[in-house]
Amino acid sequence: MNVTPTSDKTISEILDLAAAHFKVPREKLTPDDDFFKTLGIDSLQALDLLTKLENHFHVELPDYELQGVSDFRTLASRIQARL
Amino acid sequence: MDRFHGKALGWELKDGVVELRLDREPCNEIGSETLNELEKLAAALPNLQQKAHALIIYSARSCGFCAGADLRELYTRSQEMERAQAAREVRRFLERIHAVMNAIDSSPVTTIAAVHGVVFGGGFELALTCDLIIADKTARFCFPELRLGLIPGFGGIPRLKRDLGNALVRDLLLTGRSFNATKVQQVGLVSQVVAEGEALRVARGTAAQIRKFDRATSAAAKTFIKPIPYDELTEEIDLFCELFSKPAVAAGLRKFVESTEAQPYLP
Repeated sequence: MNVTPTSDKTISEILDLAAAHFKVPREKLTPDDDFFKTLGIDSLQALDLLTKLENHFHVELPDYELQGVSDFRTLASRIQARL
Repeated sequence: MDRFHGKALGWELKDGVVELRLDREPCNEIGSETLNELEKLAAALPNLQQKAHALIIYSARSCGFCAGADLRELYTRSQEMERAQAAREVRRFLERIHAVMNAIDSSPVTTIAAVHGVVFGGGFELALTCDLIIADKTARFCFPELRLGLIPGFGGIPRLKRDLGNALVRDLLLTGRSFNATKVQQVGLVSQVVAEGEALRVARGTAAQIRKFDRATSAAAKTFIKPIPYDELTEEIDLFCELFSKPAVAAGLRKFVESTEAQPYLP
């Protein structure tokens, strides 16, 4: 039986993925951080993160849904809506 | 010319495979420099094809295969001349790039695009000229042209229609969103999805497999199953040029050029 993960779990997994992919200490990331600033990434690297997240959560997330999204919590809500 | 090393790209014929390496900063944007060198490839192809059984196109840039047309060059040049001349120059550029794309598309050898990272706009169109697309997991495919008030102008629409169902073509074009490699494989456009950094190695292995078959038979089969949509390609040029004349395009290009991001790939 598939159980939809809680949003807290989704946020946690996103932070884990982002920390591992961009080689940033996990403890430095919080849900309300601006991921562009905290991770020091540009839009190209953000697309890279998007691919990682899509493959991890097995969802398709149109990149236009990321317009105006810059924190992990909101990003998680976009993913959660597709689980 | 079995070997060429230019400013934007280079190629080498080795063991029956022509490997075309794209290598122009920042992400292989296709402008006049790349076009000039692609025309050299097109001129060399008739001779290369006598000795090769496969052509692999890949990128040496870490950002990806190709981010599309050189929009900065397009904007700058169009601003330097009066509108009618700019329109003529754009049409001439499109005709030249189409000639190159058609040469690759109609090549009797089996063509493979080994892609990673951004495969956007003109880069996606270049990949679509190939018989097979092998993508690593980082690849993302996109036609962002509508964001600029344009349509793909390097032959993408007719080639997408040739290879995909119309619903997906509409999704790609009308939303301008990017698709990951897994999705593009699911819809049948990408042949194989491989681990990060492995696309070229897998493409070489595929080329080795292709070498086992009679070249003339492969060429005949390819001609039979892969028609070139010449009439639609010409219509695409006409529509692109018509749209290019509209003020929204200049505004879209200016916004792109003036963006403070180094690579504004998000919509």
